Amino acid sequence: MRSIKLTLNGTPITREVEDSRLLVEFLREDLKLTGTKESCGVGVCGACTVLLDGKPVSACLALAVHADGCAVTTIEGIAEGDRLHPLQEAFLAHGGFQCGICTPGQILAAKALLDAKPHPTRAEIQDWMMGNLCRCTGYYKIIESIAAAAGAE
Amino acid sequence: MIPFTYLEPASLDEALALLAQHGEAAKLIAGGTGLVNLMKQRLARPAFVIGLRALKPLAGISADGALKIGALATLQSLATSAAVRQAAPLLAEACGHVATVRVRSMATLGGAMAHADPNLDTPPALIALDAQIVARSKRGERRIPVDRLFTGYYQTVLEPDEIVTEIAIPAQPAGSGTAFLKFLPATQDDYATVSVAARLALDGNGAIRDARVALGAAAMVPVRAAAVEAALAGKAADDKTFAAAAALVLGAIDPIADFRGSADYKRKMAVVHVRRALAAAAAKAKRPA
Repeated sequence: MRSIKLTLNGTPITREVEDSRLLVEFLREDLKLTGTKESCGVGVCGACTVLLDGKPVSACLALAVHADGCAVTTIEGIAEGDRLHPLQEAFLAHGGFQCGICTPGQILAAKALLDAKPHPTRAEIQDWMMGNLCRCTGYYKIIESIAAAAGAE
Repeated sequence: MIPFTYLEPASLDEALALLAQHGEAAKLIAGGTGLVNLMKQRLARPAFVIGLRALKPLAGISADGALKIGALATLQSLATSAAVRQAAPLLAEACGHVATVRVRSMATLGGAMAHADPNLDTPPALIALDAQIVARSKRGERRIPVDRLFTGYYQTVLEPDEIVTEIAIPAQPAGSGTAFLKFLPATQDDYATVSVAARLALDGNGAIRDARVALGAAAMVPVRAAAVEAALAGKAADDKTFAAAAALVLGAIDPIADFRGSADYKRKMAVVHVRRALAAAAAKAKRPA
């Protein structure tokens, strides 16, 4: 076991974790933040995308101990109280999801893009989002939602 | 996940001491995109995992004609680095082709070298750039040309007590042009069906003064195609030369059949993509004045 200190969705926390705990297990099972989904488990699908110091990572490949000293952002942390994040609003307004399993990862990946580049081109959005799979194949609406959020900001 | 004890040294000396102490029972972890998957598949079962992330000096990039890249520099930082784009655009391009932005944000260049998966995009680029890795152990430091680093599938000449600390790319031949082609018939985030990195330098008459050609996903190790390079030396940089030289790549590769294509298909695609990479590199090369 190791003691780790991190800033989780803006709140500093300290927790004991197993050395071999994965970040996705730590978030979902230890902290009960089940908004982060695990799907492929090998870093390919993007469902478990969270932000580590603002950068998008696969929580299924990251060790929980590697969150020590870092800021972790999950889907639970991007709304401000009852006010949804502009990306969440845009996904609602533009139908950017179908079954919804990939949606937390899609939104976190998109947030990383817009935080780094507030007004990306459609090609840049497509290139950045390429690694977040939607098995309902709702890609057009996802890209549309992100483009709308970027335009609105 | 298999259980292991995680150790996080605060300095390189401490990391080298831990590695010397635990030897084969330990594995180094940087971004984790390689090792975590190997541990999930039980292909690696280290008792100790030594995390390198606290070794901040190993993440730097410095340029003075030559490039010195700290082993912990992420592929995303290299793909977007102005210094790398200027001094070695081939490496920036290859890094930008790796998987997805998530993987690129986690994976490091030193990690890619030590992981030694022959399907990776960065080894052929580094071979074509005449890069060397710097390996440190308690016993000292040595430099290993990247084209002599790999010995087999996930295997290198690195000893269990050595850490890759730096990737050194020398100043490139004046006016040389480079190209990286990654053949992706399925999805953009896939491993290459075959990848080719090429570097060509021309003389004042437009003849080829110097050539480097390396391939990924074409054999058990990243491959340098020395016969192709030899066939280019001194020849006119034209389509006839490129086609004749590209055919010689068949002697250097031994691809395996998988869902990305049969071995025969990959051999044919290797020839096509070597030819195209040479033409693309020549188009970017400048004749000396």
